[in-house]
Order: sequence, then C-alpha cells, then structure tokens
Amino acid sequence: MATILRIRFSKAGRVRFVSHRDVARLFERALRKLQLPVAYTEGFSPRPKLSFGLALTVAYESEAEYLDVELYKPVDLEALPAALTDALPEGVTVQAVIGLQRGTPSLQQAIVCCDWSLEVIGATVTDISLAIADIMDSSELPLERVRKKKVTVADVRPAILELEVAGPTSDGVEIRAQLATEAVSLRPAELVGVVRSALNRRAEPLEEYDLVEGRVRRVRQWMIVDRARCEPVSPPGSLTRHDMRRAS
Amino acid sequence: MTSVWSRLEPLLPRVQKPARYIGCEDGANAKAPHPALVNWCFIYPDTYEVGLPNQGLQILYEIVNEREDASADRSYAPWLDLEALMRAEGVPLFSVEHHTPAGEFDVLAFNISAELTYTNLLNCIDLAGVPIRSAERTTEDPLVIIGGHCTYNPEPLADFVDAVVLGDGEEVVGELTEVIQAHRRLDAGSDSRRDLLVALSGVDGVYVPSLFDVTYRGPAIATMAANTDGVRPEIEKRTIADLAEWPYPKQQLAPLTEVVHDRLNVEVFRGCTRGCRFCQAGMITRPVRERPAEQVRTMVANGLERTGYDEVTLTSLSTADFSNVEPVVNAIMDDSENSGNSAVSVSLPSLRVDAFGVGIAAQLQRGRRSGLTFAPEAGTWRMRQIINKLVREEDLYQAVDAAFSQGWQRVKLYFLVGLPSETDEDTLGIAELARNCVAIGKKHNKRASVTVSVGGFVPKPFTPFQWFGQNTSTELQRKVNLVRDATRKMKSVSLKWHDPKATLVEGIASRGDRRIGAVIEQVWRNGGTFQEWSECFDLDLWLQAMADNGLTVEDFVYRHRVEDDHLPWDHLSAGLHKDFLWQDWQDALAEVGLEDCRWTPCYDCGACTGFGIEHVVASAVPPAGGSQGTGQDLTVGGAVPVQLLTTRSVNSEAPSTTAPPVDVAAAAP
Repeated sequence: MATILRIRFSKAGRVRFVSHRDVARLFERALRKLQLPVAYTEGFSPRPKLSFGLALTVAYESEAEYLDVELYKPVDLEALPAALTDALPEGVTVQAVIGLQRGTPSLQQAIVCCDWSLEVIGATVTDISLAIADIMDSSELPLERVRKKKVTVADVRPAILELEVAGPTSDGVEIRAQLATEAVSLRPAELVGVVRSALNRRAEPLEEYDLVEGRVRRVRQWMIVDRARCEPVSPPGSLTRHDMRRAS
Repeated sequence: MTSVWSRLEPLLPRVQKPARYIGCEDGANAKAPHPALVNWCFIYPDTYEVGLPNQGLQILYEIVNEREDASADRSYAPWLDLEALMRAEGVPLFSVEHHTPAGEFDVLAFNISAELTYTNLLNCIDLAGVPIRSAERTTEDPLVIIGGHCTYNPEPLADFVDAVVLGDGEEVVGELTEVIQAHRRLDAGSDSRRDLLVALSGVDGVYVPSLFDVTYRGPAIATMAANTDGVRPEIEKRTIADLAEWPYPKQQLAPLTEVVHDRLNVEVFRGCTRGCRFCQAGMITRPVRERPAEQVRTMVANGLERTGYDEVTLTSLSTADFSNVEPVVNAIMDDSENSGNSAVSVSLPSLRVDAFGVGIAAQLQRGRRSGLTFAPEAGTWRMRQIINKLVREEDLYQAVDAAFSQGWQRVKLYFLVGLPSETDEDTLGIAELARNCVAIGKKHNKRASVTVSVGGFVPKPFTPFQWFGQNTSTELQRKVNLVRDATRKMKSVSLKWHDPKATLVEGIASRGDRRIGAVIEQVWRNGGTFQEWSECFDLDLWLQAMADNGLTVEDFVYRHRVEDDHLPWDHLSAGLHKDFLWQDWQDALAEVGLEDCRWTPCYDCGACTGFGIEHVVASAVPPAGGSQGTGQDLTVGGAVPVQLLTTRSVNSEAPSTTAPPVDVAAAAP
C-alpha cells in the first residue's frame, strides 16, 4: 500500500510520436479510468498531482520513463502495472510501481544522467569509432548553442560520461552514450553534432560527412542515493506486456 | 491491401505534431480493409485536431464497422509540412489506423462542414492518387461521396464528387454498402461505373450530380434536370425518426494528442425549432428529435468511465432547450459524484440568453468559472426580430447579471453584422449592449470584462435569408470598424472579428453553382489549401480565379435573388417548403418574429409533415424560463401571442408537437 507512487514505464512503437505533454494527459485519463484516488491541487483550477521526470523528445523511444503520482489515500500496488498498461495505448507499458516516502526528491532534481542508444546514419563503424576516440581523448569540447536568440559557447566534454560504438544497424551505426543531465548537460541531438564535427575534423575539406540522427532510445535514467548510482525504480526483469497481463 | 507505414514512419520525426498521423485512439476499432468487404475511408478535409472530434464522422465510422459486409477507417488532411514530404517521397494519402493508401478503399467519404475546406477536398482526392474530376474516374477508382451541412448546396463541388448524401447518414451508409455489394456481384461491363452511380441514386437522400444537367441564363440558372431515365427529379434529405435507436458513438474516440473539443460529447437532440432565420443548421436539421433522458444519462456515465475524460458536453443546437435538461444534469452530477470522480464538469455548448440558462450553467460548472458565452446575434430589438432571435435587452442583462453575480469574470457575446436591412444604428447597438453589460458586471466584480465577437453574415441555402444579397467585404469591414471605434474607449470591452475577406469567399461557395467548381479547382491548383487557416488564406487566389473564369463576385455573392430565381439547390430538399421560406423572408423584412413551434401550433414549414414524423421531445413539459422574451408563456405550453401575417396558413387542429398543454403546477417537483 502506498500514497505516493513512482511509476516506471516504457514507450515504444507508434506512440513514440506522442509528445511529453500528451503522455501526461494520457496518464491523467488512465488514472481516472481506474478510478484511483488521485489527489488534486487546491484552487480555482484543480489539477491532478502528477509530476514527470525529464521530457523525452518526440519520436524517441524509451525503456525507462518515470512519473510520480500523489493519491489522497493509499492503494495496493500489486495489480497496478498491468491495470495501468491496459488503460494506456499500445506501446506505453507500465513496468513497475513503487511507493515513495513523502519528501523524496523529485525526479527532476534527482536524475543526474541518462543512458542512450543512438543510431547515426552517414558514416561507417570504423569512422565513428575513430571520431569517438578523438572525442574521449579531448580535454575540451566547445559547443555553440543558440538559446533565447543568444549564442553561447559551453565546454560539453564533462557531460559525456561514456561513449562507445555498439555495432552496425541496417541503416547506420548504433552508439551508446551516457550523458549528464545536470550542471553541464548534453542532449542526444547535440551529441550527433559533436560526433559529426569530430568526423569532419579528420575528413578532407571537400568530403564532409552529413551525419544524421536515426532511431534514438533512452535506456536508463540514473540518480545518486548515498553516493551510489541507482535507478529511480529497478527494472522489472524482462516482463513483457503479455507476461504482465498473465501475471495479473 | 497494403500499408504505407514503413514509408511514412521515417518522415514523421521531421514534421510538426506527428501524433496526428498514428491513429491508436481509445475506442479506435477499425476492421482491417479486405477485398470482400465494402471498405470505407471517412475523411475530414482539415487537420486531425479539427477533424477527429467530428461526431458525424465518428458515428458513421462506428456504424459501418459494426456491419459484417463493410469496414471503415479514417483519414484527415495532412498539414503542409507532411504533405510536402509525402509528395516528394510519393507517399499517398493514408488512413490513420491501418495506414492503407486512400486509393485502395472502395469509398472515400468526406464530411464537408465548411466552405473553406473545399480546396482541401480536392487536395485529399489528389493526394489519394484519384482523378479529381468524377468524369475521369474509372471502375478502379474509389467512389467519392460527401455528406455534412455544406452538401445542401453541393453544386460548387458537383464535378468532383460521385455522390452526395443529404441529411442524417446513419441509415444511408448501410444502404449504400448494400448497393455497392450488389453491384459487385453483377457482371462488370464497360459502363459499370455509371451503372453503379445510377444504382446509388436510387437510394433515398442520395444525389448523383453527374445525372443532372444544368443550363444558365446570365448569373442565374435556367434549367436543372435529370439526364437519365428513372432518376428522380428532386432529392429529399434523410431523417432518422428516433435518436434513441442510434446511441452513437458508443465508443467515442479519445485521441492521443490534444484536439479541439477534447472531451466526451453526448448528443442530446438533433434539430431546432427556434427558427433563427440566419441559421442554416436550425433549418435543415428539423424536426426536433430528443434523446430519452435515461439514455443521455447512461451514455454520459459509460463514456466517462470508458475514456477517463473528466469533462462532458451535452451537444445540440440549443441544449438549454432540451425539455428535460434540469433532471438530466442533476442525474449526471449525482452519477459522477457516486463514481468517485467528483471533478467531472459538464458543459453546454450554446447557452440560452436568459437567467435560466445561467442557472443551469452554474449548476454544472462547479470548478472553473472563467468565461460564459451568449449569442444575442444583433444589437437592436428591431434587428433581432428580423433575424428571429427574439432576445430582449432585459433577457440579456438578466443573463449577464446572473453570470457575473455567480462568479463568472468574463462574458463573451457573439454578433453578426451584414444582416438584412441592417442600419448603422443596429450595428452600433452592439457596442451599446457591450457597454451596458460591462456596467452590470462592474457591480459584482471590478475585473468584469466583456469580449465582443463579430462575424460577417453569409446567407445560406434553405434559410429564409437565401435570397438576400450578402454585404460586400468593404461594407462588412466598415461595420466592424464602427463597432471597433465605438468600443475603443471601453476599457473592459475587447473586440474580435472574423476576417470579412474570408466571409466573402464563404459567400462565393455558399450559394454558388457548378460554375464555381472551376474556381475552386484553380485556387487549389495555385496552392490555396487550408483556407480556413488565416496563415494560408489568400483572397487574391479566389478573385483571380473568379476573373479568369469570367465570373463576378457581384453575381454570386452580392446579388439579391428574387422569388422566381431558380436557385442552384432547388432540385434538393431539406424538407422545408420553399413558400414557407419565402413567407418567412417576407415576415423578416416586415420585422415580424415567429415563435418556437414545439409548443405552438404548426407553421407547416414542411419538415415534419413531409416525413410523416413529428418533433420528439423527452418530456411533455417545456423548459422553464420563458421563451426568448416574446412574452409567450411557455410554462403553460400553449397560448400563441406571436404576431402572424394573415397570409400564413396556420393549422390549429394539428399541432406539430407531441407535448400537450400541461399544468405546470402538477408537473413541478
């Protein structure tokens, strides 16, 4: 039984095109379908007390999305993952639900980095491997960004915690990256730009690479508890949507 | 049957709002298209956000999918960004659930609700890989069928569509399916497609434009006649007699992305007998057919539970007129509290302009009370008698007083300009009403404000105003400016208006004939799609196309029609007698109002008598609260103090209502 819930879910297939904000609305409807005792904010326009973690870019998939929900009375958690999955569109699968203590840091505050699988299209495994080696050997990686119409330059090297080639895909190369989300952060789309720049520093002037982003998947989100890295909710083994239905 | 998904998917990360194109809605349950079935693709020719909530489309989608001999999927117009990519990559228009290419369906069935979507209709047909002209299609091509309110004058679209359905579609979709199935079993000859069109024209309510020929005399029509033996000369709309037999949509679609009207919708009645003379919807959907109160309650409870929505709208043309509205809303509020979802809010789309309407709104809208909307439609009582919107100033002020006193902070008032015989005094009356409403509001709340929304009037077919020459866009803009100048110094009044240029184009299509088809085609060929969207609308494209085709705006929009004009829709019927409409037009010019006929004797407009049906009301008791200020005391459901011209025949022996006079004291709770 718990009053504050932390929900871990995956997002894959067609629903990867649903925006972060729309996913929030889907959860609001799903919670009402199950008639869970969701707490509402006070005031003129009461809103359900839901708080999401880091936004996921439209068209990205994820194996580890999170959502906290506050209830006004405790509920039993055991049947919730399957019931919520049934109330959500195909492709959104609730993997696990845990109870939280009041005062637990929010997802936005707690997450320090994410693991990503990125497909990049436009270069070979060998080229990408060399570029990644350059990136990891560099002591500094200045990146120009335009934010609020202002151009700023930041050193994003500290945001790249891990970076390696996982292997070829049908269209390109899969890379695995761990990117920081706090202090200096780097987004997957920006990483593709960083890799492209590294490739082009090795290329002949007239043979520039036109590296583009393919499929992107968030694999894990990490937070620090007692100086140890852990996931907000442990992965549920390899339960599929089908298994979870049967279990319920 | 194939799918374009694998070719579409790589394009979606490159477009805005890709969730528009993936289907997956709650309640979506399309059968896979199959060669043995009649496969329908229902298309709304505007964006997904605008088209998805369309209830007519959802109702027919569900009815067809329930049939064993048919399937139905849905499609919407792709936005400009995706369209460009689709054309570049050779991806055709597709359905959202199975991503079947539109050209593989048997029927492309369009809902046409607004004139400014006509060019999108052509664009969708073209994106489907189907010839845009009916005459150029072969047996390999799908049938292009249209329905919806604009089809009461389908003539501007006559060259592009194979068949037109007039009126309620619930029964017709099944009958058309059966005709198509039967035709398949016949040996297909070279005239097969034409034979099929003739067969379709045998279905009541179905008009096949290619079976009619038209000749012109100057700006008007000389003759319009069937060119094929056995085709009936007049096509009458379809009307379902009993809404209770059609509790659709049973599974309203709840989309994955935000759309307009993103809430549960339950239709509580169809038709309207208020008789507002500018209102096409109120004329063509007669008679009134109310849904039984208990069925409304069940549909609301089931719908909320199934979708998880926390908001429901009771839809109709005038929901506060639902004869059982108070007990029904009470029951809905009780149900929602008992279900544990106490935050459910209920809304009525159009509020009656009186304190009764506000009382109901107050009962429903327990949470947010931001804005409340009324539609007095015109600035003076004289003008409101002409348009038969019989709202007295006192009614409006009482309604506004009730609204501000019960916590609403903003009142929105809808008006039309460019109405018949309108003077500047009438136009300026809009500003006067706004000023007085603000003054009333300030008594209750110093932040009270009034938003005035002004639209230009477009005369519509099958209304008493169908003969009226529309105001020029210059004149409409002048009237908007009058109101703007008069309200400029009123700090708490904000003014919004519909672009008179768009009103002009609506006028071209609203009462145009087949010659306008070439104009629509040219505008489309020159890139004029999504004309409902101000960022895409381009008046010059339309004016150029009119000129290139030798047509003038004067003839088609500004010209007053006369009594013996052959109107482009005279071979169609919405049930209304043309002489009733003409008489009502004369009454309008004489500033004579005409009372709601549900609780008065019949005016013989034709809508009931022609179909052998009557108004169906859920309760024998009229709603409390008087009737739009004419002094008619509806609470006793009887006396008829309205003025009638002597030329009108009133059949006092056969009242058109099922509601007998009732002693309200006995009926009151």
